[in-house]
Amino acid sequence: MLMFTLRRFLQLIPVFFGATLLVYFLVFATPGDPIAALSGGKPMAPAVEAALRAQYNLDQPFWVQYGLYLKNLVTLNLGQTFSGQEVSAVIARAYPVTARLAIMALAFETVFGVLFGVIAGLRKGKLFDSTVLVASLVVIAIPTFVLGFVLQLVVGVQLGWAKPTVSGSAPWNELILPAVVLGLVSLAYVIRLTRASISENMNADYVRTATAKGLSRRRVVVVHILRNSLIPVITFLGADLGALMGGAIVTEGIFNVPGIGNLLYKAILTGESATVVAVVSILVVVFVVANLVVDLLYAVLDPRIRYV
Amino acid sequence: MRFTRTYKALGVAAVLALSLSACGGGSSNDSTDGSNAGGDTTKVITANTTEPGNGLLPANTNEVGGGRVMDLIFSGLVSYDADGAIVNELAESIETKDSQNYTIKLKSGETFSDGSAITAASFVDAWNFGAAAKNAQLNSYFFESIKGYDKVSAEGSTEDKMEGLKVVDDTTFTVELAQPESDFQLRLGYTAFYPLPATAYDNTKSFGENPVGNGPYKLAADGWKHEISITLVPNEKYNGPRKAKNGGVTFKIFNNMDSAYTEVQSNNLDILDQVPPSGLQNFKTDFDGRNVNQPYAGNATMTIPSYLPEFQGEAGQMRRQAISMAIDRQQIIDKIFYGNKKVAADFTSPVLDGYNASLPGADVLKFDAAKAKAMWEKADAISPWPAGKVFTISSNIDGAGNKEYITAMANQISTNLGIKAELNPIATFKEMRALVNSKKLTGASRAGWQADYPSLYNFLGPLYGTGAGSNDGNYSNPAFDAKLKEGLSATSVEAGNKLFNESQEILLKDLPVVPLWYQAVQGVWSENVNTVPFGWNGVPLYYEVTAK
Repeated sequence: MLMFTLRRFLQLIPVFFGATLLVYFLVFATPGDPIAALSGGKPMAPAVEAALRAQYNLDQPFWVQYGLYLKNLVTLNLGQTFSGQEVSAVIARAYPVTARLAIMALAFETVFGVLFGVIAGLRKGKLFDSTVLVASLVVIAIPTFVLGFVLQLVVGVQLGWAKPTVSGSAPWNELILPAVVLGLVSLAYVIRLTRASISENMNADYVRTATAKGLSRRRVVVVHILRNSLIPVITFLGADLGALMGGAIVTEGIFNVPGIGNLLYKAILTGESATVVAVVSILVVVFVVANLVVDLLYAVLDPRIRYV
Repeated sequence: MRFTRTYKALGVAAVLALSLSACGGGSSNDSTDGSNAGGDTTKVITANTTEPGNGLLPANTNEVGGGRVMDLIFSGLVSYDADGAIVNELAESIETKDSQNYTIKLKSGETFSDGSAITAASFVDAWNFGAAAKNAQLNSYFFESIKGYDKVSAEGSTEDKMEGLKVVDDTTFTVELAQPESDFQLRLGYTAFYPLPATAYDNTKSFGENPVGNGPYKLAADGWKHEISITLVPNEKYNGPRKAKNGGVTFKIFNNMDSAYTEVQSNNLDILDQVPPSGLQNFKTDFDGRNVNQPYAGNATMTIPSYLPEFQGEAGQMRRQAISMAIDRQQIIDKIFYGNKKVAADFTSPVLDGYNASLPGADVLKFDAAKAKAMWEKADAISPWPAGKVFTISSNIDGAGNKEYITAMANQISTNLGIKAELNPIATFKEMRALVNSKKLTGASRAGWQADYPSLYNFLGPLYGTGAGSNDGNYSNPAFDAKLKEGLSATSVEAGNKLFNESQEILLKDLPVVPLWYQAVQGVWSENVNTVPFGWNGVPLYYEVTAK
């Protein structure tokens, strides 16, 4: 188990450098001239333009640019944004907000997803099951931005139950609405996954054995059925955590959440390679770690799985 | 003003839009609007903004997000009132006999918000700092008319004193320009020309985060929370015409105007100065009695570059005129912008002093399908339009609404001229700039201009002068250049304006760009504040706003 974890962490190193190279190249290869855009289309003195190009190494060929970036990275210097701020400071400001939003969304979809999924799975074909199936299908079919704007208008403006947008410090209570919007589509998937998995395991031999042993229904459901049914759900949630941590560009935009999604979106549009590479590299690490945690959880859920 | 700059201007993406904006004092809205009287002057007003693109330094702030803050925490020699007329702020007098040598006297006893005195050196040092190449300030080209700019702005130059600026005594300095420029005074309210306290130069980076200014407001302690908000409180040391009538302004930073719109609807935000496209149809009913829709100093045009082979000589001139007459501007305004713009009748803006709505030759901007078709056929007789050639209009489509109106325009051109015209979509603004700057367009491109300061010349010289900084289409006409020069040498702004309008008559024949419409600002405000007046540049006069 320890060796397995260690090996996985070592794998992170090539993945990390590969990701920075790839992303740096992609930003480099996108057409357009970031410095020309900085002037907003107004004139710019040639000396100023040359100074800015030199400051961001944009006057260098790709390998030199990337080499300089790596050199700074080793000293934990992530570079500067076009507005002259340290990229590390910008990320440090945005990341806690995105993390909070992601955790809330994940908690929302896990709790309600598993709960509804279990009930629907146990009462297959009944009214509750059919209602949940149809509702989840509707949610999956509606794009996030529609859900977001509609909930913002209804809950935020017309009913006045919540503030339509999140204020600067992004407190927990103001993030509830964005978290619900963000988690809603995944919630539908979790419900369907749990339901399918539960109803399949209900007919498994070990469940019949457990029932025949005279165990209470509650114990059969919670300890035997649920525990075994959660493996596909955990796999899904792990991948989803990685995606949520990447910042939700659409949801953060609608609710004006100052998170990593907004940051990344703006940096891509303006061609700010330092920011894009730094953010994406962190996301890669988060993704790999989230997947590792999921793999380790398998062993906890299913004793037949062992890592050596 | 000689514009020999590499970078040329064009339509400006909303986010990066350049602003100018010292808002004026003694506003006319103030006297006519009785509802302001008796408003609560102690409450804090909230308003939308975008994250400033750079640290808050006068010569480095060139976009709206930072510009509107700078104009509140700084004041220059003059400011602009709601109509764009100049009002003295720190200047006691600005005198010139030849439009080339200016003597500027300052009011005495004025101070920055930290108590240090504002002297002639506060201006001269700040301008020298802004112009010098070694400081790499984005607005440095604004100083190019001052004598000695070419030396300090040369690449690698270590000099930072322009010979045209001389301090005479504590409250007097003189400015010598490289050539006469009749509208120089009009520029002095622009952000780039603000003074700086002597402490600013110790560490300009940290000063930019926490600037000390001399405007009607000052930045609150730790007032700039990046990507979140900028908090301003009234500056008690300010004595100018723009005295704050509220307890402060808190700018909330929005990346998405749709969410800002819902915030005003639920009264969580007081002022929104930019109704998003989704709200254009309904904002007047959503905000009955709490909205504004008025022209500001900006326009939208379509550049037809002079280097396109199909648009050369006499036939080319006819083709440009035919395209202009083939566009039904009013229909596009009605259908796509819900009537919230005004058809262009010249190359400038109706809010400017000297604007003339009926210049000789302006008929070419009126929709006339029959005349357009006839003109196009006449051009074809001289040199035929290449068979199968598509007339493309390039535009970045990351700015809201661009795609829709250009597609509509292309359809009108197709229908009325019998050629194929279409939008050439460009994904991002930075890509669009690179394409336009490369001078390798194979068709027309979307363009537009927002004034830096309220002057006719600002809409003409930088855009159509031979080799000018923002002359994207490489337009060049010696007769036009001569007229501009004559206008600049005029000894008064009025005499200059007359000549600038004469130069526009030449443009109306050549049509280096096809003027489309004048921009208008659509703003809304919450139930918590009284009427919000907007300035000549479309920026709210925040200091005039009172709470209910």
